[in-house]
Amino acid sequence: MGFVLDFEKPIIELERRIREMRDLADSQNLELKEEIERLEAKAQKLRQEIYSKLTRWQRVQLARHPNRPYTLDYIERICDDFMELHGDRAFGDDPAIVAGVGHIGGRPVTIVGHQKGREIKQKLLRNFGMPHPEGYRKALRVMKLGAKFGRPVISLVDTPGAYPGIGAEERGQAEAIARNLYEMSRLPVPILVIIIGEGASGGALGIGVGDRVLMMENTWYSVISPEGCAAILWRDAGKAEQAAEAMKLTASDLLALGVIDGVIPEPVGGAHHDPDAAAKILKETILRELDALSAIPPDRLVRERVAKYGRMGFWKE
Amino acid sequence: MSWFRRTQKGLVAQQKKDLPDGMWLKCEKCREIIYRRDLEENYFVCRFCGFHFRIRAYDYVRLLADEGSFEEFNQHLESVDPLGFRDSKRYSDRLKEAKNSTGMNEAIVTGTARVEGIPYVLGVMDFAFIGGSMGSVVGEKVARAIDRAIELRYPLVIVSASGGARMQEGALSLMQMAKTSARLTLLSEARLPYISVLTHPTTGGVTASYAMLGDVILAEPGALIGFAGPRVIQQTIRQELPEGFQTAEFLLQHGFVDAVVPRKELKARIAQLLRFFGFTPVQQAGEPSFACPEVERQ
Ligand SMILES: [Zn+2]
Repeated sequence: MGFVLDFEKPIIELERRIREMRDLADSQNLELKEEIERLEAKAQKLRQEIYSKLTRWQRVQLARHPNRPYTLDYIERICDDFMELHGDRAFGDDPAIVAGVGHIGGRPVTIVGHQKGREIKQKLLRNFGMPHPEGYRKALRVMKLGAKFGRPVISLVDTPGAYPGIGAEERGQAEAIARNLYEMSRLPVPILVIIIGEGASGGALGIGVGDRVLMMENTWYSVISPEGCAAILWRDAGKAEQAAEAMKLTASDLLALGVIDGVIPEPVGGAHHDPDAAAKILKETILRELDALSAIPPDRLVRERVAKYGRMGFWKE
Repeated sequence: MSWFRRTQKGLVAQQKKDLPDGMWLKCEKCREIIYRRDLEENYFVCRFCGFHFRIRAYDYVRLLADEGSFEEFNQHLESVDPLGFRDSKRYSDRLKEAKNSTGMNEAIVTGTARVEGIPYVLGVMDFAFIGGSMGSVVGEKVARAIDRAIELRYPLVIVSASGGARMQEGALSLMQMAKTSARLTLLSEARLPYISVLTHPTTGGVTASYAMLGDVILAEPGALIGFAGPRVIQQTIRQELPEGFQTAEFLLQHGFVDAVVPRKELKARIAQLLRFFGFTPVQQAGEPSFACPEVERQ
């Protein structure tokens, strides 16, 4: 199982006991069925209890859970076929963003998404899911390619932020993100954006403008990471838990604030607890949303997309 | 130059808060002592080394608008506290303090003006208001400035100065990046030009949205321009940043701004560009007519 969050521990402990009891029942041929069922019911109840009252900080932790499915894990599970396309045709290929074409439930789609790595080598290759400008430019190139043939875009967002480095600045990180916001605003095909993990700042929004923006249940999305916010406003990155509470960064918060359009439920225990079940829910959601969006003519789609972002925010006059 | 001749009382007072009081000032860059009046007459640019002192939004309005031509709109838009945000201070208190110390309602001023007789929509950000950060109101005022430009068929100029998106409004401030960028597609569709002027500093969410989306992008000499701030980059990569990193000149060298323009040339350059785009001076009542006859723009 590996990595375990503090609040997951009681469940993991119970699961361990259930496994032991099963082993015992098998090896000793004991009749423990009733006892095992009792414990399983208890584990289920405990899981529901813990997961029904997660704090914002716990959601942040779940969004970063190292066993949580990443973009390619979902692509593998939801696509009939998929072909990754590389490079921005200007500078290079950025492995922190995956872009490609494929089919989901028989429907042709363009898919873009941030990609994190799981072991240290993969983590370094994927730069911890922090893109450089060429990642955003590759994503835009592939989205435009798909749009030329009327293919809707599925964007899977999962990044701790765009990379803050020398090369990234030299090659125009800000321009690359701004360009994507502009071009995604007027791309004449449906765009469905789904936050599958972390949605940090412009690095997330850089592939995150769409007709429908959904968040999976245990994810976060905001203008900066809780650590970044705490470092600046509290002058102490250790105050991240407080910052997470103040920033209102969960799916239900952002639904209430009108920033997103819906929340995708995860299996009890989180997407990392059952990636297949999480992918199944994701796929059903994507197909349902695509059906609805595909019925809208492209010019209306674009007009309503621009208008939707125009309504965001609060002020008085 | 009518730099300070027409200033209102309040604006003079604001200026003093941004620059130290006294007849004599020391240049932040070359350390030369400068007579305040000299500095004012030289557009707050050091005569010795060309250092551009930071100036306020209404100073840019005076610099870039023909005398008496600026008519502000949407000045009554005010921020609220949608998250009930509190760090060491309440966001609502921070807003109050910013209003008191700057005499402004928000970090951007927008209005119509004329530059060398050519009517246009002008937006100017002010770093003194919570670091020029973009919350819902800044985003909304930029969006409405774009709408006004489309409605009047005026070109748009925005002078940026910003530390980025406003953290106290969370994801709502992030969405202002999408709002403003999306709205600019309509300006482009209406075939109206947008000139973006970058001043010191322009970073974060403002750079990564409308500031980098100008049809023409001008920058003041020495201005810090970037996505991530230099401190964040240094903490991430743990090495020295190259000399001149993220300056206007660095961006020019890497192909991200069209020209670095000294402050005193800014107005003439903007007018020059607008003339190229086909905009002509309007005749004001009681003013002599300009040479070119008015041509109906399509
Ligand atoms: Zn100097």
